[in-house]
Amino acid sequence: MNFVANKSELKVVGTRPVRPDGIDKVTGKAMFGADLTMAGTLTGKVLRSPHAHARIVAIDASKALALPGVKAVITAADFPEISSEEAAAGDGAVNFRHMAHNVLARDKVLYEGHAVAAVAATSQAIADAAAALIEITYEVLPFVIDVEAAMADGAPLLHDDIKYNGKPSNITKRVEFKLGDADAGLAEADVVVEGRYETTAVHQGYIEPHAVIASVNPDGQTQIFASSQGQFMIRQYVSKILAMDIANIRVTPAEIGGGFGGKTLVYLEPLAVALSRKAGKPVKMVMNREEVFRATGPTSGGVMTVKIGAKKDGTITGATIDIALQAGAFPGSPVAPACMCAFACYDLKNVRASGFDVVSNRSKIAAYRAPGAPISAFGVESAMDDLATKLGMDPIALREKNAAKAGTKAAYGPVFPEIGFEQVLEAAKSHPHWSAPLGPNQGRGVATGFWFNIGGDSSASVFVNEDGTISVVSGSPDIGGSRASMAMMAAEVLGVPYEKVRPIVGDTAQIGITGMTGGSRVTFATGMATVQAAEKVVDELKKRAAMIWDISPEAVDWKDGEAVPAGANAGGFDPMPLAAIAAKAGKTGGPIGSEVSINAQGAGAGFGAHICDVEVDPETGFVKVLRYTAVQDVGRAIHPSYVEGQIQGGAVQGIGWALNEEYLYDKNGRMDNAGFLDYRVPVASDLPMIEAVVVEVPNKRHPFGVRGVGEVPIIPPLAAVGNAIKAAIGVRMHSLPMSPPKILAAIDGKA
Amino acid sequence: MSKIHVTTTVNGEPAEFLCEPQESLLDVLRDKLQLTGSKEGCGSGDCGACSITLDGRLVCSCLVLGVEAEGKTIGTIEGLANGDELHPLQRKFLEHAALQCGFCTPGLLVATKALLDANPNPTETEARFWLAGNLCRCTGYDKIIRAVMDAAAEMRGEHA
Amino acid sequence: MPKVSISGSGCRPFIGEQTEFEVEATSFRRLIKELDARFPGLGEHVEETMAVAIDGEIHQDAYGLQLPPDSEIFLIPKIGGG
Repeated sequence: MNFVANKSELKVVGTRPVRPDGIDKVTGKAMFGADLTMAGTLTGKVLRSPHAHARIVAIDASKALALPGVKAVITAADFPEISSEEAAAGDGAVNFRHMAHNVLARDKVLYEGHAVAAVAATSQAIADAAAALIEITYEVLPFVIDVEAAMADGAPLLHDDIKYNGKPSNITKRVEFKLGDADAGLAEADVVVEGRYETTAVHQGYIEPHAVIASVNPDGQTQIFASSQGQFMIRQYVSKILAMDIANIRVTPAEIGGGFGGKTLVYLEPLAVALSRKAGKPVKMVMNREEVFRATGPTSGGVMTVKIGAKKDGTITGATIDIALQAGAFPGSPVAPACMCAFACYDLKNVRASGFDVVSNRSKIAAYRAPGAPISAFGVESAMDDLATKLGMDPIALREKNAAKAGTKAAYGPVFPEIGFEQVLEAAKSHPHWSAPLGPNQGRGVATGFWFNIGGDSSASVFVNEDGTISVVSGSPDIGGSRASMAMMAAEVLGVPYEKVRPIVGDTAQIGITGMTGGSRVTFATGMATVQAAEKVVDELKKRAAMIWDISPEAVDWKDGEAVPAGANAGGFDPMPLAAIAAKAGKTGGPIGSEVSINAQGAGAGFGAHICDVEVDPETGFVKVLRYTAVQDVGRAIHPSYVEGQIQGGAVQGIGWALNEEYLYDKNGRMDNAGFLDYRVPVASDLPMIEAVVVEVPNKRHPFGVRGVGEVPIIPPLAAVGNAIKAAIGVRMHSLPMSPPKILAAIDGKA
Repeated sequence: MSKIHVTTTVNGEPAEFLCEPQESLLDVLRDKLQLTGSKEGCGSGDCGACSITLDGRLVCSCLVLGVEAEGKTIGTIEGLANGDELHPLQRKFLEHAALQCGFCTPGLLVATKALLDANPNPTETEARFWLAGNLCRCTGYDKIIRAVMDAAAEMRGEHA
Repeated sequence: MPKVSISGSGCRPFIGEQTEFEVEATSFRRLIKELDARFPGLGEHVEETMAVAIDGEIHQDAYGLQLPPDSEIFLIPKIGGG
């Protein structure tokens, strides 16, 4: 289907219907990961390491196994070893050996909370008691938490096989992206700003803890019902980790209670399968919140140095960022995207971004909304603010002066096609918020952000039912309302009302392979598959109408859900509605439906600019966000309410990252704040309304212009809040979170 | 350990169950009464996903023991709609797209119902502070607060 | 002939400091084979870890992609996301 340039031609896309899964979710009927139980289900419990770093000397499960009601105990001995040759390694790729060792520790535990063993029993109470009876003998080892300490000579080493510059190290790799000559560019500058910035590990904080129920039959056939960002991901990872045939694994996606990147991995699923295989019964496992914090991935914290130089007129002549990110206990921080995104908003001739990926005794990081980008943007966008101050320029004008546009060679390599960053800046500048008055102790900040957005593998089916209604099946778990978008896009193509199209998310046996719900890809890629499937159905409907009319298929057009003769020569037939064609499907060749599987290409980059007003209490250092406006180019909004919702939710996660959230460790390397009381995510009373301003510069590679929305909005807030605080108190905050004690110290330091 | 017999009322219907003395009311609702609309997000009373009313008072059911329900009246998300007629709050949450993943939604609806029972005309600030015990990680609360204020107005008859 | 640039430092073990090449290839699959012939092991590394941008548009994992004559091709690390 060609790109629909004229928005007024669209009847369903751009409207705001009620989502199809809505009633289930407001009445409590929706089935999330922990809501299903099968007959005879056992409860699984994981035993986790109390140590940050220790060698496992011995495991004795005899007392646990002797406890009445205990049906199985599993340890590393129950898992096949995956050789490092079999594990795809490298940037961005999954290393299954590491993943398997994260799911269950082998010879060493690498962080507090690392799974060591698991037990299945007839009740939660018995499973808890049994886990406590498993005796582990540890040889406690020195540990390291902080990223710079982990990089230092003589730091305790986590892995024997990681070397940097030929020496054993916790540095797993260094990445570098460069364009032109950054140092020469900086030397040409009239004004240079430089700063060191720190961010802490923050958790995705989905409200639903990880949950799974698995049932393995003696012939190997396995059912898994789990909450995740990808049922096909679970199937593939479980198959790799437990050496099972993929065809023997059927994964049904539960409703997912938030993911934000944190449910793109397996934790419990292989354990539940291994326990069920051993016990011969279904096994259900649900994490508690403490386990979620201690054992699942937050995103990286890190340190970085940023340097930007510019001419007096604001033209940036050179820029560098050097960053080190925590990967957690296994390699794989988002250091590459952090570097690639750092300066992607700007049209620079001389730029260098380099970074280290560093392991330490923390839980393995997982993806979190635009992985890496918010971290580097905190440094770069804070430095841009300082640069604007030093040049005496308006901060939006400085960004406009250097804005990336179509034809700009991005700092990470390619040349941008049509993008909407200039339109985003224009919308921010002309928004009344930007010029509204401020009171005492108040300040305003602005910051911007870039994310690639991705396409990839997606599958969707469209079926015409006997009465002319439509069923849509896609392979993408629906976290934020994507079923509604799929139904809307199918309705648009078919020319039928939205309510006549009912979408579901298929299990791994019902629909073709589909990549995870992540990377802002679902509305783009799975949407494209849905549109193509619906188009094939339209072609078939035209053929069937032609058969009924006994004319050539070329003589039939499709208009507003009806077959019509293509012209006067085609014959004087009355329009034939979809339902009439569906009723005769049996006579004209059989049921009508189509499945399309694609690797969607042509994803369009997204840009955002956020404006934040804060008031700082000079007595306590408490920061109150007074007003927040988030502008973003989304390409085109299929369901504007859910697009706004993504922007608002992402912005608030960023505000939490900026002001409250952090992983704290005690002197033994144990997480000190593994609960929502002490790990403080934003609550309703912390916030004002978040105004989402949707800019639409369509991505012409998607039939309806979609770019992808979900990730960009978490990128600008860290610096937008920091820049507002700077404006309010006159001090630059270099370290996240910008919590009251730090703000107070900054105010006192200034005095 | 012998189990304790508890007689209670859930969403207007008499109910009874056997539970362990240490078992939370949330576990009882979910595992014994198959009312899985109440969710466990934290188990420590910090997230509000398990919000219910106990004799009309808003509580986190993860912090209440099953045995404490004896003789009391429980209200859960499953009792909010009147048969096939959605409660105005449920309708407004859908109209305003006030949910994304929907996991916190049952608790938020129960908490909001308790708010409007106590204060049919809350200010935005009052609504935000009342709902500060119900975490939502998806929406940034904007559309939730709009839905709450709109539903409250409708329930006061201001939409006629 | 299409011009290929390799972005980032991930391929250095194979290619050293050189990052720009002219290739004869007319499709992404042929590009991979050609690179692998010049730098043994690079082909697999590119397949597993890199995406390709052809005249600015980023593609992931697509052998059949045509490389127009004189197109500008960038190999960049694969992008995932949250």
